[in-house]
Amino acid sequence: MRRTRRSGTAKATRISAAVAGSMALALGATACGGESPGPASGDGELSGQTVTVSAVWTGVEAKNFQKVLDAFSEETGAKTQLVASGDNVSTFVGSKIEGGQAPDVAMVPQVGVVQQFAQKGWLVPLSSKAEMETTRNFAGVWKNYGTVGTKFYGLYFKAANKSTVWYSPDALDQAGVKPPKTYAEMLKTAGTVSDSGTPAFAVGGEDGWTLTDWFENVYLSQAGPGKYDKLASHDMPWTDKSVVEALETLGELFGDKDLLYNGSAGALRTDFPTSVEQVFGPEPKAAMVYEGDFVGGIAKDQFDRTLGEDAKFFPFPAVGKGDAPVVSGGDAAVVLKDGKNQKAGMKLLEYLATPEAAAIWAEAGGFLSPNKELDLESYSDETTQAAAKELVDAGDTVRFDLSDQAPASFGGTKGTGLWKLLQDFLGDSSDPKATAAKIEAAAKKAYSKS
Amino acid sequence: MSSVEAPARGAVTPRLRAQRRKRLVAAVFVLPALLLLGALVLYPVIFSVGRSFFDASGDTFVGADNYTEMFRDPATLKAIRNSTIWVVVAPVLLTGLGLVLAVLTEKIRWATAFKLVLFLPMAVSFLAAGIIFRLAYEQDPERGVINAAVVGVHDSFSESSPYPNARSRDGETLVKDGEGYRGKDAAGPGDTVNLGFVGVPPGEMPGEAKPAADAAKSTAGQDELRGVVWLDFTPGGGGTAGEVDAKENGMPGMKVSAVRDGETVASTTTGDDGAYSFSGLDPGSYTVEVPASNFAAPYQGVSWLGPALITPAIIGAYLWIWTGFAMVLIAAGLAALPRETLEAARMDGANEFQIFRKITVPLLAPVLTVVFVTLVINVMKVFDLVYIIAPGPVQEDANVLATQMWLVSFGGGNDQGLGSALAVLLLALVVPAMIFNIRRFRRSES
Repeated sequence: MRRTRRSGTAKATRISAAVAGSMALALGATACGGESPGPASGDGELSGQTVTVSAVWTGVEAKNFQKVLDAFSEETGAKTQLVASGDNVSTFVGSKIEGGQAPDVAMVPQVGVVQQFAQKGWLVPLSSKAEMETTRNFAGVWKNYGTVGTKFYGLYFKAANKSTVWYSPDALDQAGVKPPKTYAEMLKTAGTVSDSGTPAFAVGGEDGWTLTDWFENVYLSQAGPGKYDKLASHDMPWTDKSVVEALETLGELFGDKDLLYNGSAGALRTDFPTSVEQVFGPEPKAAMVYEGDFVGGIAKDQFDRTLGEDAKFFPFPAVGKGDAPVVSGGDAAVVLKDGKNQKAGMKLLEYLATPEAAAIWAEAGGFLSPNKELDLESYSDETTQAAAKELVDAGDTVRFDLSDQAPASFGGTKGTGLWKLLQDFLGDSSDPKATAAKIEAAAKKAYSKS
Repeated sequence: MSSVEAPARGAVTPRLRAQRRKRLVAAVFVLPALLLLGALVLYPVIFSVGRSFFDASGDTFVGADNYTEMFRDPATLKAIRNSTIWVVVAPVLLTGLGLVLAVLTEKIRWATAFKLVLFLPMAVSFLAAGIIFRLAYEQDPERGVINAAVVGVHDSFSESSPYPNARSRDGETLVKDGEGYRGKDAAGPGDTVNLGFVGVPPGEMPGEAKPAADAAKSTAGQDELRGVVWLDFTPGGGGTAGEVDAKENGMPGMKVSAVRDGETVASTTTGDDGAYSFSGLDPGSYTVEVPASNFAAPYQGVSWLGPALITPAIIGAYLWIWTGFAMVLIAAGLAALPRETLEAARMDGANEFQIFRKITVPLLAPVLTVVFVTLVINVMKVFDLVYIIAPGPVQEDANVLATQMWLVSFGGGNDQGLGSALAVLLLALVVPAMIFNIRRFRRSES
């Protein structure tokens, strides 16, 4: 699922998920990137060494990451080799370690997986230089997410901003409204937009994760980061008053059939790629769609929209008295203990922590960096700049996707757990309390097993 | 006596030895098969049974807890219910369809070509078939071919309404009345009642619509009740809600009626500027109604992938794949039927239906049973179609035992204890069908 969320291109999301288990392995085993051409000059300190990096990225993303690696080669003389790991990073890395072929550096897409690796003793704590760079260049929260126990293992190189509401400027102009600043304003704006004849929101409710992202934004803003953390670790039950309140708030939007394209029943039949198409496709049906910054990528690549002109976003607005939420996620670089060129790998991480490294991919596009020292001008367009600014400005209040932090059976499985219960809630939002109770029951079951 | 016995005894010993050797050779030959069977079938079965008595981690013995949990969990109960539906409905339908088609194809000229076409879906993998039917069942008529047909047929018989999306802002000039609307205040002759709607996409407004402001201001005659029905939204914003602003258009073609004491006194249709008028009214109090027929939503087709129809829909896809199989097997049996019996019946004046019922079916019974039982076993393990066709929100409504078992143990549930218990249940359900099949097999061999 995660890959799709990032690139969001695959139409047949669920079908790919059906075969993901076996396919990912097969692909991972065969689809290895070629050795980088790299500069032949061997005068760097690491000349003659080859750093192997595994990442989930393929296609354009892999090409752009390769540019970063090439720059590293130029600086140090080390050669680099990028290996595609397939979707299931932990299976891939595990089998490589057993086979004595461990990569030196792995890019890990989930915070839970970093913890899992560290607990298995696969990782080396990062060097003090890398740690220093991180402390200087990143908000503390990023270091925390990369820390397991007391040791710092994961450097977040690439991030996502999942607090962006994308809209079609034409539709808002037609209704004569401006992007809203608060949640209440957003509901009012949505009402006016719907009155104008364009349903306000396209919601991809057939994919459960879009709904968890909706909830996370509302909850983070309304209940605050403290409670959000407690809920993520399940130190607080879902029956808490704050959860019910957040569901009520969400229900004001989900329960109003005039605000959703085809009503909530229609939303439940819409998968995420289709929901983007409903706003930015050739025949727009709705005015706004909420999801992460990758919506812009789809609008641009698949529907030929120009970001900042006919595809814009506004930050997910603040709910009640809270601050505007910034829900995020990212890929962390870790150094593996069994890698053959651990030292060179560590050097690569030190390099990835610098704004220079981030700037290379930022220019190429399709990338956000949590690095606060990175000059925003490095991003190729203003829309991406704004998304990056939101992410960096949020500082320590950034929170990772809650459902990604939960056990998969609760927060990441089609047809059960949080996904299913929020889908039921989208279908009938009349009883937030009962929904909260059901979520808590599911959470209890899942957390007790993990 | 002894002289007689001695040679006899001497003869028995080599025979015994030969027998023993025979047995040994037999054992050697059987051993590999037994080993394979043991390692690949028996061991996993025993392991699963054992595993089903342990918890998710596999460390703690929990007795029959997994089994009680299984029958308490509503998702599993639904899966059991669905599996039952599958087992009862699918094999019967398939055998019946196969029989009818086999008998019919006997009588047509291009029988082989026909059979070939019907058999073709067997060559399509379940995964691919699932993807095809997932698209075919899509509710949006623009995507799902089945609903496109349904909607096409429906729409050629009934007219669509002019303003399916129109609605009023709450209680401003209109009040919702059932599926239609009525004017908020009662009015009488001499009054002007303007009715404002919103929510109509610019593209859905009829081209002839004209600004309604002038008509809205004109005064009503003595015995006249008039007004406009207009779109209360200024493109680009800026209008005042509830007032007919200069740029706002009337809504032509809207049916309006005047109602007095629950009885419709007069009806009319609005003009290009949205104006309507009722003249010649008796004095009194009237309500202006905009009936539901103006707003009837376009027919949406059938919700194949909704919770109610999902299982029948998937069974439909299953039929598509397996009908050819049933038909070919039954046709083979049919070809082996003694022709003379059929001829004799025909000579005796039986009609085709009587022959089918009294002769073909009884003679075919053994083949039909084989097909039926094979399909029962096959249906028990249906997985791919259910997993692929059912969208996330209705997955629980579509699950069968096999998908539930996989979901619980690997698909996120990570509880292989409970999953094993489900597997054992599935095994227990398949075993009777297996025993039946084996018995029949033996009988036909002997």
